Amino acid sequence: MRPTDVSDPDYYHRVVDCQWACPAHTPVPEYIRLIAQGRFDDAYMVNWVSNVFPGVLGRTCDRPCEPACRRGRVEEENLAKPEPVAICRLKRVTADYKSDELRAMIPRPAAPNGKRVACVGAGPASLTVARDLALQGYAVTVFDGEKKAGGFIRTQIPRFRLPDSVIDEEIGFIIGLGVDFRAGTRIDSMKSLLAEDWDAVFVGSGAPRGRDLVLEGRQEAAADIHIGIDWLASVSFGHVTSVKKRVIVLGGGNTAMDCCRSARRLGADDVKVIVRSGFEEMKASPWEKEDAQHEGIPIINYHVPRAFLHDNGRLVGMSFQIVRAVYDDKGRRSLVPTGEPDAIFDCDEVLIAVGQENAFPWIEPDAGIAFDKWGLPELDARTLQTTIPRVFFGGDAAFGPKNIITAVAHGHEAAVSIDRFLHGEDVTQRPPAHVNLASQKMGIHEWSYDNAPSNDARHKVPWAKAEAALASIKVEVELGFDLKAAFQEAQRCLNCDVQTVFNPKLCIECDSCVDICPTDCITFTEDGEEEDLRGRLNAPSPNQEQALLVGGPLKTARVMIKDEDVCLHCGLCAERCPTGAWDMQKFLLVTAKAGPTCRDRKQGALA
Amino acid sequence: MTYIAKPRLHHPSLVANKVGYTRRDYEGKVSTLCAGCGHDSISAAIVQACWQLDIEPHKVAKLSGIGCSSKTPDYFLGASHGFNTVHGRMPSVLTGASLANRELLYLGVSGDGDSASIGLGQFAHAIRRGVRMVYIVENNGVYGLTKGQFSATADRGSTAKKGAVNHDAPIDLVGMALLMGATYVARGFSGDKGQLVPLIEGAIRHGGAAVIDVVSPCVTFNNHAGSTKSFDYVREHNEAVSRIDFIDLARELKASPEPDEVIRVPQPDGTMMRLRKLHADYDPTDRRSAMNHVQALQAAGEIPTGLLYVEAEATDLHAALNTTRLPLNRLGEDALCPGPEVLERLNSALR
Ligand SMILES: Cc1cc2nc3c(=O)[nH]c(=O)nc-3n(C[C@H](O)[C@H](O)[C@H](O)COP(=O)(O)OP(=O)(O)OC[C@H]3O[C@@H](n4cnc5c(N)ncnc54)[C@H](O)[C@@H]3O)c2cc1C
Ligand SMILES: Cc1ncc(C[n+]2csc(CCOP(=O)(O)OP(=O)(O)O)c2C)c(N)n1
Ligand code: SF4
Ligand code: SF4
Ligand code: SF4
Ligand SMILES: [Mg+2]
Repeated sequence: MRPTDVSDPDYYHRVVDCQWACPAHTPVPEYIRLIAQGRFDDAYMVNWVSNVFPGVLGRTCDRPCEPACRRGRVEEENLAKPEPVAICRLKRVTADYKSDELRAMIPRPAAPNGKRVACVGAGPASLTVARDLALQGYAVTVFDGEKKAGGFIRTQIPRFRLPDSVIDEEIGFIIGLGVDFRAGTRIDSMKSLLAEDWDAVFVGSGAPRGRDLVLEGRQEAAADIHIGIDWLASVSFGHVTSVKKRVIVLGGGNTAMDCCRSARRLGADDVKVIVRSGFEEMKASPWEKEDAQHEGIPIINYHVPRAFLHDNGRLVGMSFQIVRAVYDDKGRRSLVPTGEPDAIFDCDEVLIAVGQENAFPWIEPDAGIAFDKWGLPELDARTLQTTIPRVFFGGDAAFGPKNIITAVAHGHEAAVSIDRFLHGEDVTQRPPAHVNLASQKMGIHEWSYDNAPSNDARHKVPWAKAEAALASIKVEVELGFDLKAAFQEAQRCLNCDVQTVFNPKLCIECDSCVDICPTDCITFTEDGEEEDLRGRLNAPSPNQEQALLVGGPLKTARVMIKDEDVCLHCGLCAERCPTGAWDMQKFLLVTAKAGPTCRDRKQGALA
Repeated sequence: MTYIAKPRLHHPSLVANKVGYTRRDYEGKVSTLCAGCGHDSISAAIVQACWQLDIEPHKVAKLSGIGCSSKTPDYFLGASHGFNTVHGRMPSVLTGASLANRELLYLGVSGDGDSASIGLGQFAHAIRRGVRMVYIVENNGVYGLTKGQFSATADRGSTAKKGAVNHDAPIDLVGMALLMGATYVARGFSGDKGQLVPLIEGAIRHGGAAVIDVVSPCVTFNNHAGSTKSFDYVREHNEAVSRIDFIDLARELKASPEPDEVIRVPQPDGTMMRLRKLHADYDPTDRRSAMNHVQALQAAGEIPTGLLYVEAEATDLHAALNTTRLPLNRLGEDALCPGPEVLERLNSALR
């Protein structure tokens, strides 16, 4: 194999599983260390720079980082229940414990540069664009048809998961940069907006249309049947404050989970989720399903809705066909009726949460923006630019419904595009991330990070008492970590960003690192091709997602191979190395954000 | 030296052996030796060998003298018995322990200073008596613990770190062991576990006095140009004369090298060791041939390694003395104190 090129910014980035998996590439281990040091304001700012909404995301993020976290792999066969670091809930810790000093740490916007940018919709995508550009001196105006900013964060996510105060504070930081928020202003015509002479327009209008289920009885019983996301919005605005006793929620995604838990709090004592697919294949995150079940809500799977049953327009129940999953030789699933008689469930109200769609009724077909056959804008996936060069899309409006952190990541990219575009630079040229590696050695046996891995199993976030939590839709269920648990959970992080950097010129092949490594990562052996090498390392190396670090050739013509997969980043290899051929170096990735660092001409004039 | 304990977390693929332990269970406390010390690799090789041979840790006694090398029993087999004796006196304490309890595996761990200087007499006599043991000398050519003075195994003409030249003739511990009648004599290198682990395994299964001289560079005081015990020097001059292919009969069926190259050595536990000769004109089961071969190679400036000599039908001190089959701690009071009549009989036999 070729010796690893560690100057490739992606090489060490991939080793930091969580950061690599995070769409916004939040430097996770960096903020987790700051939490352990009690530096909550700094930890908050690390998040704020990357993901804009630490308090919101610390409660609601889809957390792609957690399934990726190395800790889960390392605990396999070590602890009874292998689990990742509670990365998301530690993010909340930074928001919960930040001090009053934080406001002063939020940077001030640069002097106005005279450019005007309009954002349609005040969801996380637009708000990220607004933050990034306002800081660079742009005059940003954000329009939303609703009275308050936040988009689905405000209207869909129920208050028992995310209190208003958290949203208010974090949106306040952005509006406070001088962003002009036009509440209650729905944009009805793209053409007229474009005529208003904005230098750039960002569309972050989301995927606002909930799918319906047209079945027998739908019309007749319409009064007791609601589209999930419309209903959640009504609950959020206080238009709906109660629900009948027996509620069925149709669908297996996160919207279904929010619907059923909300119904439970609005007075229903018999709430069921009924879903076509199998439990395992449901779209909802495992923890959302767990939370719903924890609140006594059964999830009934393999039931395909057939009809709404009513008594002269009063909904009385629903019938379902019972199916099972059958897989063909390509592994494709089909749902086949079992032949059992249809199942009937009595109910008084039904919430339909079977998916969302994009809709752009306000964008005229002749506005100049091309749409594909699925009704989504034709975009360059990296620049987010449309067929009108000064119009950009992001968030759910760009590629269909995703999640908050993806909307934030789009916002950053769109802001970079807009900044380059308005400086007359090619938007398809994307500025590379900047990488910094700094040795963590402080003394012979001292590192500037806490290198001893903790053996603790994942700490549980405490919950409000069930009676209190279910009594009101506004009572936040999760209480967040207390300081002690936060510290202990933070200590579970393996510091995967503190990289093992190998210098073959210094290695004397004494084997000390091989002998000390607790997870048998290191092998000195004859060179070969990757597949062959993976088969003859000191420990099996099945995870192809993680690279082999190759150093050499060495004096004996052998090579050093380190499997990055389950390295604990404990630094023992570096401590045992007599020559300093191993060093522990902290990897810091600075992704390009709108502003001089993302431009070719750093001082560039506006186009 | 390391300040954090080796983390308990281990590779997910780690498996337990027949007696229910993983390799990590055979480790000891974290080493306090210098980073890079060859001795730590020998500890790792012992761990590996004991795990592979399904040794029960509570059936092992580790004994050592004084020196960096003699400190190492603290860093492996943490669940075994241990006795850190006085400088050079490990062999006699080991002999006594072995007589008291013949059921344990005796691991004697020593250094070149401990065995070739102050303990030379003890080294020789324990071997002469055929004490069943695995005697490992971690040979770095210096007194590491006392800051790197030449030891008795330093080669004539080799230099110390600050340039002083050694004028004394070296003691060759392999040659000594052969002369004194050791029935298993090997030399290894701390930097080659592929060779060292099988050598230790062979010694553990051997039925008599087994001696392994392991060249083990002292990175702090004896790893410079001019040293003949440095990583570079040993790698350049290492001449392996034999290779233990495998020790398990069950595994033997799978590979079959040319028969004339292979020597089969039956083991006391009924298994078979296969020894592949790497030098055609050499018979590792013939003591004189082995001595000649080793001497010739050494005279040519090479460092012969591998299993140099083995006597399959080795016997030990217990057989020679016709001792009781049970360890003393399992004999009843009447066997241990047979009474005045037996004493009287014994005394009269000696009159
Ligand atoms: C019930 C539910 C629960 C969810 N829970 C989570 C969760 O826990 N975690 C997570 O990460 N994601 C969750 N999501 C997904 C997440 O809310 C969205 O992916 C995210 O909010 C998308 O952000 P956005 O900026 O693209 O648009 P949105 O947040 O959808 O905001 C779009 C905004 O644009 C406004 N708008 C639309 N058209 C116009 C117009 N013409 N003029 C003016 N304003 C307009 C809308 O009023 C809205 O406020 C959930 C979604 C739902 C439905
Ligand atoms: C009776 C006695 N004499 C001298 C010493 C001093 N001393 C301690 S260790 C040592 C030599 C150790 O050398 P070696 O056995 O080669 O061990 P190494 O440290 O090189 O591994 C000496 C002379 C002692 N501890 N006890
Ligand atoms: S252990 Fe820490 S740094 Fe490593 S992947 Fe998990 S959260 Fe990230
Ligand atoms: S930091 Fe070094 S010793 Fe620790 S697990 Fe990783 S490779 Fe092994
Ligand atoms: S002084 Fe030499 S022998 Fe002793 S621990 Fe250090 S390197 Fe090893
Ligand atoms: Mg020595």
